Amino acid sequence: MSDKFSNKPYLLEVRHLKKYFPIRAGFFRRIVGQVRAVDDVSFAIREGETLGLVGESGCGKTTTARTILRAIDPTEGQILFRTAQNEVVDLAALSEKEIRPLRRDMQMIFQDPFASLNPRMNILDIVGEPLLVIEKMKDRKQRMERVAELLELVGLRPEYMQRFPHAFSGGQRQRIVIARALALNPRLVVADEPVSALDVSVQAQVLNLMKDLQEKLGLTYLFVAHDLSVVKHFCDRINVMYVGKIVESGPTDAIFFHPRHPYTSALMSAAPIANPRIRAKIVPLEGDVPSPANPPSGCYFHPRCPYAEEKCAKETPQLEEIAPDHLVRCHYAHELTLQGVAKPQEIIAS
Amino acid sequence: MTTTPAPTSSWARARHLWGLRWRMMRRNWSEFAHQMRKHPLAIIAAVVILLYILAAIFAPAITVHDPTRGSLRTRFEPPFWMEGGSTEFLLGTDDQGRDILTRIIYGARVSLLVGVIAVGVSVLVGLTLGALAGFYRGRFDTIVSRAADLLLAFPFLIFAIGVMAFLGPGFGNLILALTFKGWVEFFRLVRGEMMAEKTKEYVEAARVSGMGKVAIITREILPNIMQAVFVLATLRMGYMIIMEASLSFLGLGIQPPTPAWGSMVASGRDYLLTAWWVSTFPGLAIVGLVLAINLFGEGLRDVLDPRLKIE
Repeated sequence: MSDKFSNKPYLLEVRHLKKYFPIRAGFFRRIVGQVRAVDDVSFAIREGETLGLVGESGCGKTTTARTILRAIDPTEGQILFRTAQNEVVDLAALSEKEIRPLRRDMQMIFQDPFASLNPRMNILDIVGEPLLVIEKMKDRKQRMERVAELLELVGLRPEYMQRFPHAFSGGQRQRIVIARALALNPRLVVADEPVSALDVSVQAQVLNLMKDLQEKLGLTYLFVAHDLSVVKHFCDRINVMYVGKIVESGPTDAIFFHPRHPYTSALMSAAPIANPRIRAKIVPLEGDVPSPANPPSGCYFHPRCPYAEEKCAKETPQLEEIAPDHLVRCHYAHELTLQGVAKPQEIIAS
Repeated sequence: MTTTPAPTSSWARARHLWGLRWRMMRRNWSEFAHQMRKHPLAIIAAVVILLYILAAIFAPAITVHDPTRGSLRTRFEPPFWMEGGSTEFLLGTDDQGRDILTRIIYGARVSLLVGVIAVGVSVLVGLTLGALAGFYRGRFDTIVSRAADLLLAFPFLIFAIGVMAFLGPGFGNLILALTFKGWVEFFRLVRGEMMAEKTKEYVEAARVSGMGKVAIITREILPNIMQAVFVLATLRMGYMIIMEASLSFLGLGIQPPTPAWGSMVASGRDYLLTAWWVSTFPGLAIVGLVLAINLFGEGLRDVLDPRLKIE
């Protein structure tokens, strides 16, 4: 699957991205510590690819996504984005004003379609707002036609454009959010848990829509999710995050079936198998996710890792290429044989 | 929506959509009217307010007497239903022989004008400062908020008396004295709402899609706040009218001979036992208008912004 994109250029390259939130306390609001929400994250997305960012709640995946779009300012690092003119710019170094013309190239789909639509604006204004403000499309009739086009594209009836968000269901609202994101013909779409607020039956519809749009418009997705079954069918490559760091990165199949990091393995074995006859050999994790304000020494995962040795508490492992396009942050990645998700044929065989 | 199929040509489609827009606006209005129907008192209040407004606008057309000049021969004429009263002076005359009904009708101009302008300026100042402070926070917010706290420490009337005593009477100074403290409530409302709205995802969506801060404040957030502001403005209007009447009563507001309800009440104060009508009718005019405005405002609040309701 990953070969499909290997000859495509990188659209986005994130290098050593860090976002620390200061913890303030006391009368003088002095900084007493830092929450390392995103701690030295590097990855790249090729054009047309879908990169998944998975991890538990609070591991920094949403912060990473928002930092890339500069909804939050990064503490450190580079966000290299290839513009439509084939120039590579560092989004992290640009000011709010300088970044604005680039906004049309990268849009966001939000998690909660009930919060991300302005309740006082009708669909025409919500979807047409970027056209008016960024594209300066002053002519109302022209804007209406474009909005109608966009609504049809996401499978909504254009006649609904005078309605307000409260008149729509969750799935329809998410379609509106997608239509708004597509209004300016973006090339990169960052989707922050786009279906986790939706019913399972609607999830598939929205995901299929996103897949269709990707093919039709040549979009590149950065897909943030915690639902592994969603990620498995949607992403070409996956980054697994744990306490602000990427612990494993590779093609979807490799991550799911041959994980090389103990955390990924634990995550995968927690994914349900759609066959009641199979008893999953779950490797239960001990303890809780450490606080990113006070992470453990060495490898952040060592207090919970069933394979941890002395070295793990002392030395921080680096991301290391263990197979082509497969990176792992573990001292013992070469020695361990880990269990992934059972492949369909294995399920049938057993 | 499924009754009319969407036309295919672009122009026809645009016209079709405009038609939908019209229907939508009409539906919004009828929905509002329907909601208001559940508050019959508010409807009656709205009619009363409308009567006051019409009386103020058409004052010269509906009165026959001069509001500022009377005749000593017609001093202290009683209302028409009392002994010695006549239909020429329906509500009687004051110590200078001027028709009280005429003066009440002209006085409505002052009260309504002061109410509208004082509230309008307060909204303008409070909304601007509140939106900026709530959105940007920081030092500006701290300074303006402390200033607001400081102003809140004074009782309104005492404060207004002080300002009027300092500036001297007059219409402009009256507005200044009333808005000097009047903006604080709107500031606090807008600032709080702004801070709450700012964290919502639709604001982030707007920012990520490349909208500037000014556009986000004015186009995205303010429409979500305006209903609350409108409700508060209506409720504060009655208060402003009472303040104007109080200041005029004390001789610090509108100066004679311009008819103002407050000064009319004051002028009849010495004759309460002999000619009670001189003070009573302007007083009733104040009560009627303020009561109507408050009832209307409360109905409006229930319909537009139920969160403000105090149980």
